[in-house]
Amino acid sequence: MHIPDGFLDTKTIVATSALSLLGVGRALSVLKTRMSSRKVPLMGLAAAFIFVAQMINFPVVGGTSGHFLGAVLVAVLLGPSEGILVMSVVLIVQCFLFADGGVLALGANIFNMGILAALGGYYLYRLAAVLIWSERGKFVAVAFAAWFSTVLAAVCCTGELAWSGTVAWSAGFPAMTGIHILIGIGEALITTLVLAAIYAARPDLVSIGMAPDAGGEARPLRGVLINGSLIIIGLVLFVLPFASHWPDGLEKIASVFGFNSKVLSRPLVSSPLSDYRVPGVGSLPRATALAGIIGAILVFGISFVLAKIVISKPKGRVP
Amino acid sequence: MHHDFLDRFARLDSPIHRLPAVLKMASALLLVLTVIITPLRIIYPFPAVALFLILIIALSRVPALFFLRRLLLFEPFVVVVAAASLLQPAGGMTCASIIIKSTLSLTTVLLMSNTTPFTEVLGVLRRIHVPPAFLTLLALMYRYIFVLIDEMQRMKRARLSRTFVTRGMRSWRSISMITGQLFLRSTERAERIFAAMSARGWK
Repeated sequence: MHIPDGFLDTKTIVATSALSLLGVGRALSVLKTRMSSRKVPLMGLAAAFIFVAQMINFPVVGGTSGHFLGAVLVAVLLGPSEGILVMSVVLIVQCFLFADGGVLALGANIFNMGILAALGGYYLYRLAAVLIWSERGKFVAVAFAAWFSTVLAAVCCTGELAWSGTVAWSAGFPAMTGIHILIGIGEALITTLVLAAIYAARPDLVSIGMAPDAGGEARPLRGVLINGSLIIIGLVLFVLPFASHWPDGLEKIASVFGFNSKVLSRPLVSSPLSDYRVPGVGSLPRATALAGIIGAILVFGISFVLAKIVISKPKGRVP
Repeated sequence: MHHDFLDRFARLDSPIHRLPAVLKMASALLLVLTVIITPLRIIYPFPAVALFLILIIALSRVPALFFLRRLLLFEPFVVVVAAASLLQPAGGMTCASIIIKSTLSLTTVLLMSNTTPFTEVLGVLRRIHVPPAFLTLLALMYRYIFVLIDEMQRMKRARLSRTFVTRGMRSWRSISMITGQLFLRSTERAERIFAAMSARGWK
């Protein structure tokens, strides 16, 4: 998901850089007000750890492979602001040493994988954790947040590419989201298992992030509002304009590939005009939203089952 | 430490390596900026930039094969995205633009990172007033990537030496166990580093 230089146009570069600067600057200032200096080496080592952990590749169907992202893991273990900083540092070093991800695209990469995946994933985790108030429920929430944040970052990445006029939304969205729905499952599995392994050995470390007051800010509500508005501005800029046009785009790509008639294989489409009177078309955006919600609930259910199967040991092993 | 594969050539000695880091970083940024902003219609800057990069590569004594190999590593992704851009109207131009601009920017950054040691990059960042806390994070991370890669490989070797091979669901668990263990060791190392830094008067 690391966007190289040359994929984004000037306006996207400026917008993503501004959002990322705000996010990283805010995270820095939050940490400065309550920085226990003990945390600095921990965050540096956590960044090196994420760098190494990102070398883990897991196969996804069809010969492609995804790699571990780790944003939710680090945000849950260390906290949301720490998560943003650790992910930014990882991305900067990857950019400078590996040329993995462009220099001018750094803002976009930090926004997708730092702010959206770590911060957004952290909020998703907290939201989901409220719903299930047991020890194991936290792992369900972590799995859910890890999956969702991966997909969210991929969707936003597609939006940025579409806004730059690089890849049309109709082509990018199915491909990117499709693959990252699968990569997200690997991400959720590894995040949950790693967290369970850490919890089994050092429950005190995990409880840092698992404690209900882990927001870590002087005025938590204000922090959530500011961070939340950063995420929402990004999504409104990069994703919303395309998401509403999606059904249209699908039709376009269908006609490009020439399977238009197959997609719209309603019984007897005699005249093209009758197409527009199909009652389903008017409510397509709502149907898409509904599908999204159902999908989210489904994944939540899968996470729950997953956690039940996978996380049986730590409970028994922890004294 | 065997893992200098990250920036192996950054510590070579050549006219380019001896240039001040700030000059190299600024010109790399300027070059990438020019390449990205210039529309492909104005054709002549692109061959000029390519020639300039080839000249610098020759001067820098970094093996050209290394650049080719690195480029080949990233190029498949670029080509896939460029191919996807063909699906939109006037896609041919976009496709060419993506491939040319990405390749040039990538070569520029690779050249910069392989002629400038990361510590010098940090020095420049400090001079342009990047917050010190952030720089400390970058420095610590860079220092310990190598240590943690070693640690990870020791754990993998230990597992292999016990002829410990897993498949399916169990392999996921075993990867995660190693990763979790790596995090624990990183945390413990961080605690020791903090103690050592504090003992030397770091605040």
